[in-house]
Amino acid sequence: MRFDLQIIASWIEPGSKVLDLGCGEGDLLHFLKEHKQVVGAGIECVEAKVAHCIARGLSVLQGDMNEEVLAYDDDVFDYVILSQTLQQVYEPAKLIQSMLRIGKKGIVSFPNFSHWGIRLQLLIKGHAPITKELPYEWYNTPNIRVITIKDFRRFSRKVGFSILKEVAINSDHHDRQGHIVRFLPNLRATYGIFLIGK
Amino acid sequence: MSEYIEHDKNGVSVGLVEKKFFTFAEPPDELVLESGSKLGPITIAYETYGTLDADKSNVVLILHALSGDSHVAGYYSVDDPKPGWWDIMVGPGKGIDTNKYFVVCSNILGSCMGSTGPSSINPKTNKQYGLDFPVVTIGDMVVAQKALMDHLGIKKILSVVGGSIGGMQVLEWCVRYPEMVVSAIPLATTTRHSALAIAFNEVARQAIIADPNWNNGDYYSGPKPNLGLAVARMIGHITYLSDESMRLKFGRRLQDKSDFSFNFDADFQVESYLRYQGTKFVERFDANSFLYITKAADYFDLENQHGSGSTVKAFSKARAKFLVVSFTSDWLYPTYQSKAMVQAMKKVGLDVSFCEIEAEWGHDAFLLPNERLSTLVKGFLERVYSEIRE
Repeated sequence: MRFDLQIIASWIEPGSKVLDLGCGEGDLLHFLKEHKQVVGAGIECVEAKVAHCIARGLSVLQGDMNEEVLAYDDDVFDYVILSQTLQQVYEPAKLIQSMLRIGKKGIVSFPNFSHWGIRLQLLIKGHAPITKELPYEWYNTPNIRVITIKDFRRFSRKVGFSILKEVAINSDHHDRQGHIVRFLPNLRATYGIFLIGK
Repeated sequence: MSEYIEHDKNGVSVGLVEKKFFTFAEPPDELVLESGSKLGPITIAYETYGTLDADKSNVVLILHALSGDSHVAGYYSVDDPKPGWWDIMVGPGKGIDTNKYFVVCSNILGSCMGSTGPSSINPKTNKQYGLDFPVVTIGDMVVAQKALMDHLGIKKILSVVGGSIGGMQVLEWCVRYPEMVVSAIPLATTTRHSALAIAFNEVARQAIIADPNWNNGDYYSGPKPNLGLAVARMIGHITYLSDESMRLKFGRRLQDKSDFSFNFDADFQVESYLRYQGTKFVERFDANSFLYITKAADYFDLENQHGSGSTVKAFSKARAKFLVVSFTSDWLYPTYQSKAMVQAMKKVGLDVSFCEIEAEWGHDAFLLPNERLSTLVKGFLERVYSEIRE
């Protein structure tokens, strides 16, 4: 499992109710179900991924996460997870507010755009940065938002949610392993992971 | 639903099966129908496949659509040319694995494939019921299926599965007998017919009623309203396909000719196909049953019948875990209708999975070989089966 998902999994209390937005092929949900006895649900827009999830025994809905979050009642989940997708969301404030309406806590992770590698590419080469975390050209990227760890903290104050815990990480080439970055995270970490509350 | 007799390409089959019968509601204990009329005795034709667990926890109940029957899989004899209507899904190692589950499928009330319907003998007159047969609803069909479950000593059903009108029965089961249903798979279905769906059914019914042989439903001793029923079937077939599937299957190709005939013979392949489907259908189906079952489907309204007009309220009665599946090219019960039921299920906190399968074959897609559908059903059943054993 991806290193950022391992961190997220470690934050989740056993037996809790979890909704994973953009759950992909369900790696995190599967892990949580097996190891933390979590009651999990996922939302994913790609049919093949949804089918894969259901076939491996997960409860997953095909749909657009921005719309699907609206139909749940308040506080039905303990955690609502948005991993590595915030940079693709058209209305991030609205989505995070919905996450915290239907869930008691939220977990958000995203690639950190102020990593020194990205800064250097822009400064020295002068073209739009391409990294293994954000591997697209400007003209074909699904990532419509550039977010830094610092920006997300500012965003939390502006939108009015609290950051309960945060971890910055550097993951290796295959994203399977990594380490936590404590010194100058905004400059040195490739991903930021935040536990948020109301 | 259309008839697709698809032999399993690997030749795997549940093998020889037998149609059985169960009779209940003998007078004076007739069944009181939703309309208030009484009906009895009622016979239900059914088939079972696989072995019932000692704790009876592996029951999968399959509910068929308009023209289906209890013969969901397998063969009646060694020289039977064709298997049951969902042989591709039901059998050893298949989506609904008969090595693991005890599968039951019964013919719906009002049909003509062994269960009591308008073509059955009315014990009061010793003649076929015809229009004396009371109007039955999806709810009545489910009540009859429940009686069969009681007869078989089954108290919990691992999964109720069905497409189209079979899917309506699935939904009805979930709100009518919530304590019995562990999980449910409604495929290509709706909580209520749209005006479009009712309209097509009405045109089909009028085709039968307009046939002079129909004779107010009293035709069993004379010529049958075959033309009307064939036209009704042709209309049905159009709604089961899609623009895309018809373009791929027929286009504007001509049937066995190189030019137009300049008369009203079947020039186009699509005409010839529809005529063939219509003619084939009258050999095995009763026109009155067609009227009664389409009417039951039109009357079905889960919101109104179980939720005082609210889908959310209706589903608040359900306890099952759901797998809802729709198909992209199904314009009879389009995806938005499946999505609406999924939203209501979410709202009341039900465990629901939903997948819209990309398929060009229209409403009929659920009956055709589809690797994705089989894997979904298989994975979902395995999960709910393991969850009840935890």
